Amino acid sequence: MTETLINIEKPVLKVRDLSIAYEAGKYAVKEINADIESKAITAIMGPSGCGKSTLLRAFNRMHELYPNIKTKGAIYLNDKDIHEMSTIELRRKIGMVFQRPNPFPTMNIYENVIAGYKLNGIKLKRSERDEIVEKSLTNVTLWDEVKDSLFKKGTFLSGGQQQRLCIARAIAFNPEVLLLDEPTSALDPVATARIEDLLVDLKKDYTILLVTHNMSQAARISDNSMFMYLGELVEYGKTDTMFTNPKDPRTEGYLTGKFG
Amino acid sequence: MAVNKIPAFIDNIDGRNKKNKLFLGLVIAMSLLTVVPIFFIISKIIINGIGQINFNFFVQTSPDSLQAMTAITNNETIPGGIANGIMGTFLIVLVSSVMAIPVGMMIGIYLYENQDRRYSNILRNITEILQGVPSIVLGIISYLWIVKNITNGFSAFAGSVALSIMMLPMIIRSTEETMKMIPNEIREAAFAMGAPYHNVILRVLIPTGFSGLSTGILLSLSRILGETAPLMMTALGSSVINYNITKPTSAVPLLIWEFYNDPNMVKLVWSSSLFLMAFVLTLNILSRRIAAKRKIGKKR
Amino acid sequence: MNSDKLTKTILFSASLLVLIVAAGIMFSLIGGAIPAFKAFGLKFIITNKWNPTEGHEVYGALPFIAGTLITSILALIICLPLAFSTSLFVAEYFRNTRVANILSSLVDLLAGIPSIVYGLWGFYTLRPFIVNLGLSDQGFGIFTSSLILAIMIIPFATSLSTEIISMVPDELKEAAYSLGATRLEVIFNVIIPNARSGIIASYILALGRALGETMAVTMLIGNSNVMPSGLFGAGNTMASIIANQFGEASGLKLSSLIAIGLILFAITGIVNSIGKYIIKQFS
Repeated sequence: MTETLINIEKPVLKVRDLSIAYEAGKYAVKEINADIESKAITAIMGPSGCGKSTLLRAFNRMHELYPNIKTKGAIYLNDKDIHEMSTIELRRKIGMVFQRPNPFPTMNIYENVIAGYKLNGIKLKRSERDEIVEKSLTNVTLWDEVKDSLFKKGTFLSGGQQQRLCIARAIAFNPEVLLLDEPTSALDPVATARIEDLLVDLKKDYTILLVTHNMSQAARISDNSMFMYLGELVEYGKTDTMFTNPKDPRTEGYLTGKFG
Repeated sequence: MAVNKIPAFIDNIDGRNKKNKLFLGLVIAMSLLTVVPIFFIISKIIINGIGQINFNFFVQTSPDSLQAMTAITNNETIPGGIANGIMGTFLIVLVSSVMAIPVGMMIGIYLYENQDRRYSNILRNITEILQGVPSIVLGIISYLWIVKNITNGFSAFAGSVALSIMMLPMIIRSTEETMKMIPNEIREAAFAMGAPYHNVILRVLIPTGFSGLSTGILLSLSRILGETAPLMMTALGSSVINYNITKPTSAVPLLIWEFYNDPNMVKLVWSSSLFLMAFVLTLNILSRRIAAKRKIGKKR
Repeated sequence: MNSDKLTKTILFSASLLVLIVAAGIMFSLIGGAIPAFKAFGLKFIITNKWNPTEGHEVYGALPFIAGTLITSILALIICLPLAFSTSLFVAEYFRNTRVANILSSLVDLLAGIPSIVYGLWGFYTLRPFIVNLGLSDQGFGIFTSSLILAIMIIPFATSLSTEIISMVPDELKEAAYSLGATRLEVIFNVIIPNARSGIIASYILALGRALGETMAVTMLIGNSNVMPSGLFGAGNTMASIIANQFGEASGLKLSSLIAIGLILFAITGIVNSIGKYIIKQFS
């Protein structure tokens, strides 16, 4: 059995025996055990259908949006079982960015950044809102580009800018963890590079879990990497060691392009 | 970079979750409330109407007021049936169909073959306006055109004209939509084989689109079968079975209206309504079945 | 080649029929209404009298315009929460489930019931119900008519808005959920803003249907040719006055009824056009 747990001091997230099935008997994720290092980038890779998106969505319980989902095992955020928290609280602590940029089309840029607060019915003073919007947009290096068009709808932004807007929206609540589901797969290389740089910068403040189908991306920016295959967590270790010296033949097969 | 500091706020997670559950309950309750009338209406009609239906119901003409009154005072079932209404409806709807269906299909095909022309867009807009015209206004129109000028009196034909104007937009629209769903390759293949245009339409397009076209036809039929108002001022009604389209003719909805207005014949409304409703709903369900089968076929 | 041209000509000629019929309708209505407008002027539209006594004939359309507008708008108001809930049920909460399909089919059945059958049910079941509730002496009037009208237009109000609501992209809803929104909050902050024009259009089109309804309303509104006195007062609509009096009308009365038909045609046409325009803007 290959190493799948890293000895991490005070992991922010712990996954214990997690299994998720969409239909009776068909497990998308099988008995995963892992600790996630705080304030680091952990990449989750694997071929299509290996369960990486399902695993990612389990962290903020988004997989529960689908009926017939059966979950076994547990995930702990700072030692608290996430299934015993309200989803509202959980999702404020764990933010998510999706594959295709999805800013709300009926809201302008300002409203998009602050959308989390509005959706939660939280009323803030104008000055507080302004501060949050400016800080979030600055943190994603978008502030200078949009500060004069804050009240326009975001549709004129490029794909990369829209995605950075979505990241700003996700960090407006100052979550502990940021989940990103193939965030650059719909973007061109220049935009991708910018987002990768941004993530490396953001890891100072947030724990980042990144699902990617692009192993070079994982190699470039992640500190730790998980390799998943057919729902199982095949190998999980420091990115450098895993890429240079994979322990499982399946991992090696994927990394050398034998399948994927 | 500085980390965001979240300003202090009042959290109301419980309240929001409660509101969420409450709203779901409200939506479910209201949705159920929406379909409750259907059960009431259908059951009332069946319960009250089934007793009066027998063989005579279909073959005898409607009784007159005197016969009905006599039967009531003698505690007998009211004699007669709605044969004049059934034949009248049949006649009127047949003539309407003959007028509306072929023409409607031709117009639908024209629109399909000339998709982007300005003329086509104007036509479509006007067709949509026609579809929204209240049926009673069409009754007025048919009265002015046919009753006053062509048949010099109330007639089945006048009723048919009103109903055919009602059918026309529906047939046009469903024909065009059906044609649009036929893969272009089929049409092109037919032309490539040298078939003349009218054969492409008659031998290829129409058979291919048959289920879509039938759906449209059945739906428009079910719509006009239940119409009463335009017939009141065109076909007027009759106590006998009539095969002459230039004469006043009965129809099932008209009979229902006559029964309703006559205190002696009121009991007859239920059986005739049952008949009418059964017919209309059957056509409705049938057309939806055909449409659903088409959708499944497409998914493959 | 020649037969192709012939076919094309035939198709084109058929298409002209639509224009001819539409134009014919307008001309006939206007032509038939002219005597009434000549006699009463445009004030006909706002005259509140309907007096057929010979020698003192005065006709005015106001009571009927009011009756039509009031019953239709009230019907829309009553139908709104029901139709909206049903749309949410089918397109959001229970989307793609068997229950939703059954509900959808049942609602479609409502559209298949003929108007006169609704009128009968309204007369024999709804009316006594209203009388028993103590709301009205005989149960006729604006409220009862609006109620039956509301039931009749529910399928029209739901079908389009259900479609529009189910077309709101999943990714927008997911983004909202991931920020901690409850389902209710997703509905009001994401689904409705993104489906707003479609939903409004479907209600406007339902209103268009209600305006033209004849039989059910005629049987329940009380047939009183005056402005309705209150929610439970009797009144009359444009469609029902025509239905009631057209058969034996002649001369000025006939022309006045045709004029009312023209007004009904115009109002319905305008409402439907607004609805269609909103849909076009949306897509």
